[in-house]
Amino acid sequence: MLRFVFQRLLQAIPVLFVIATVTFFMLRLAPGGPFDKEKRVRVEIIRNMEKHYGLDKPLFVQYLIQMKNLLRGDLGPSFKYPNRTVNELIADSFPVSLELGLDALMIALLLGVLSGIVASLRPNTATDYVPMAVAMLGICVPTFVVGPLLSNYFGLKLGWFNPGGWFFPSDRVLPALTLGFYFAAYISRLTRGGMLEILNQDFVRTARAKGASPSRVVLKHTLKGGLIPTISFLGPAVAGLLTGSFVVENIFDIPGLGRFFVTSAFNRDYTMVLGAVLFYAALILALNLVVDVLLVWLNPRLRFE
Amino acid sequence: MGALSLLPSCGKRETRIEAGDREQVLHIGNGTEPQDLDPHTITGDIEHHIVMALIEGLVSEAPDDLHPVPGIAESWDISADRTVYTFHLRQNARWSTGVPVTASDFVDSFERVLLPELASDYSYMLYPMKNAEAFNTGTLKDFKEVGAKALDAHTLQITLHSPTPYFLSLITNPAWYPVHIPTIKKYGGIADRANRWTLPGHFVGNGPFVLKEWKVNAFVRVQKNPDYWDAGAVKLNGIYFYPTENVDAEERAFRAGMLHITKDVPQTKIQVYQKEHPDLITAKPILSTYYYRFNVTHPPLNDKRVRRALAMAIDRDSICKNVARGGQVAAYNLTPPGIAGYTAKAQLPNDLSLAKNLLAEAGFPEGKNFPEVTILFNTHEGHKAIAETIQEMWRKNLGISVRLRNEEWKVFLDTTLKLNYDVARAAWGGDYVDPNTFLDLMVSGGGNNQTGWSNKEYDGLIEDAAKTGDMQKRFELFQQAEAILMDEVPLMPIYFYTRPTLIHHSVRNFFPTVLDNHPWKYVYLVPGED
Repeated sequence: MLRFVFQRLLQAIPVLFVIATVTFFMLRLAPGGPFDKEKRVRVEIIRNMEKHYGLDKPLFVQYLIQMKNLLRGDLGPSFKYPNRTVNELIADSFPVSLELGLDALMIALLLGVLSGIVASLRPNTATDYVPMAVAMLGICVPTFVVGPLLSNYFGLKLGWFNPGGWFFPSDRVLPALTLGFYFAAYISRLTRGGMLEILNQDFVRTARAKGASPSRVVLKHTLKGGLIPTISFLGPAVAGLLTGSFVVENIFDIPGLGRFFVTSAFNRDYTMVLGAVLFYAALILALNLVVDVLLVWLNPRLRFE
Repeated sequence: MGALSLLPSCGKRETRIEAGDREQVLHIGNGTEPQDLDPHTITGDIEHHIVMALIEGLVSEAPDDLHPVPGIAESWDISADRTVYTFHLRQNARWSTGVPVTASDFVDSFERVLLPELASDYSYMLYPMKNAEAFNTGTLKDFKEVGAKALDAHTLQITLHSPTPYFLSLITNPAWYPVHIPTIKKYGGIADRANRWTLPGHFVGNGPFVLKEWKVNAFVRVQKNPDYWDAGAVKLNGIYFYPTENVDAEERAFRAGMLHITKDVPQTKIQVYQKEHPDLITAKPILSTYYYRFNVTHPPLNDKRVRRALAMAIDRDSICKNVARGGQVAAYNLTPPGIAGYTAKAQLPNDLSLAKNLLAEAGFPEGKNFPEVTILFNTHEGHKAIAETIQEMWRKNLGISVRLRNEEWKVFLDTTLKLNYDVARAAWGGDYVDPNTFLDLMVSGGGNNQTGWSNKEYDGLIEDAAKTGDMQKRFELFQQAEAILMDEVPLMPIYFYTRPTLIHHSVRNFFPTVLDNHPWKYVYLVPGED
């Protein structure tokens, strides 16, 4: 297994390299630059700025410098926020997104897995239709509808929580629910599907025939295999949860990483975009690795090869 | 919308603004995350709002109408030809490190903002000063020849190359602010934009407040500066600036008692507040114009008659009332109202039959054979709605059909700069209270002209106005320039902006102003009034 992990880590290096290269050149191909503003400044000033940030050098030289800095783990200064480095901006905002993401993940897993299991036990009855209808609703109603609804109702009408902001522990509740519901809905459907597939297999029938209690059938015989689709989904989903959601952060005014993904691209903040993309990519690679290890453990038919 | 009536509903729990009222701490929405707090490199009002709490220039602004009042300079003399200003600095003005603010601090600061390496966007604000432009563009190397001189520690002399009647108003701009050069040098190069002197703990200012905390995307907190020369007059103990980008979230925070003042109001709620809570909302005009550029190098827009016809064939009142819906004012010229002594006389006629005749004269009777023309706007729901309305008005009134195209912001900026458009959405906000900040836009080859339009007579008028010390005569020249502009219509004014803001009852001395600047030292809070 160690060999497997090590190999996968080695493979991640060329992947990150390709992502960095593609991102770098795609950004430079996009029209407009970091210093274009509605109030146009003199050409001399733009030239001076470009010189300052090394944008006057040939593109390939810029690329080499960027890569060299990346190797040292230096993502460079932000163009938009000149007195901060990209490393600092990520270091400041990632913990917020991480905290929100973990809370949301717990809600999603708890609600999703439980309702998925319940639904799978009596397929095509009320205990299946109700949670699945709710899950379908959860998938269909976007976070930008749920968020303001929760904020207005629990924040303003009932006054239980602040409608937005990130100051007190209680401020985590509404955004975590908003984000969690959305993922819970997916997880619920995936869990139901995975569970049903296993529940219909011969060994489960055998277990039942031998008189195993329903809870034993679920926990001991079915759950491990039934969760496989959910676990596969969780890899990229968790990366998305942890790096923050632009929409949820925007609705609840949360100082997380999510907004940098969107705003830095609009701002043509070259270094910030590259930093955010690489950070996200590395997280996805790492979580996919975790998921693969988990899958082998869950599914005896797979081997580390 | 019924929820609005629940306004200050919280029963027992003390809200953030109630605590703020008690402690004289203001909580204010500030739109978005400040890029930096260096007065010499900032470009937006977001940053300006915070910096004006931290640093004070030679003169300050009065809280209500922004007229210049003594700041670090307690008085000044103006030479007879109005080109030499001698400022007498206060003996008791200090930096937050305790050292006095001197005339040479100002001279060194002017030198820094004009350094070509710093590439300050607003360095042109100093161009009325003798040789400032030459130094800034690198043709002059010796700063001693620039018109700023410290006569002694507390006397500063500024020489202008021509009388600039709005000079005192101009120097309230942050580009004219002094900075503490030793502090900047301590944290890096003097022209280094990545210099970290503007972070809390590093920042040295001379204003009524000092920088205490800056949490990215969360808030900036400033606290009363006990060493400020006029500290006795400062009533607030602190201000929190929140970078809330989502206007709906900001409005909810206001209703929940988390903000005293908002930066903006959601478009859909402006009329609701005006009806149900007129005491909480203001929507006063600011010096900003929404307009469309005509690319005069593209036929048929190279024909003045076509441009005039297009500009006359829209119903601006209807756009303001039914589409923009924020109390905007229909614009029939470029320079907004609100500049004392100047109200543009030239007004685009609101005459549909004239528009139709002009179009026929230009060879397109009833819009027949009108070539394909596209309105370009940056991707935004509000701009789209206005473009669609204008498309429909032109179709109905002139019988021409135009197409719409939207582009992402930076792409849009690139396209308009390269004149790859026919008609493009634009907006301009004044930098100081004078018509020049608008009319200067359209001089030949001006970086923000971006229409391809050029007119010798117009350029001459703007140039003459810059040299004229007599305010009356200057305004007359501007009137003539504006008349040319509204005859030639290289641009089509649509409306003048308003700044909708929600303000709680406890806030005092916070006035809507035409530049949306609010000198913080006068603001205070009255507990128990929310």
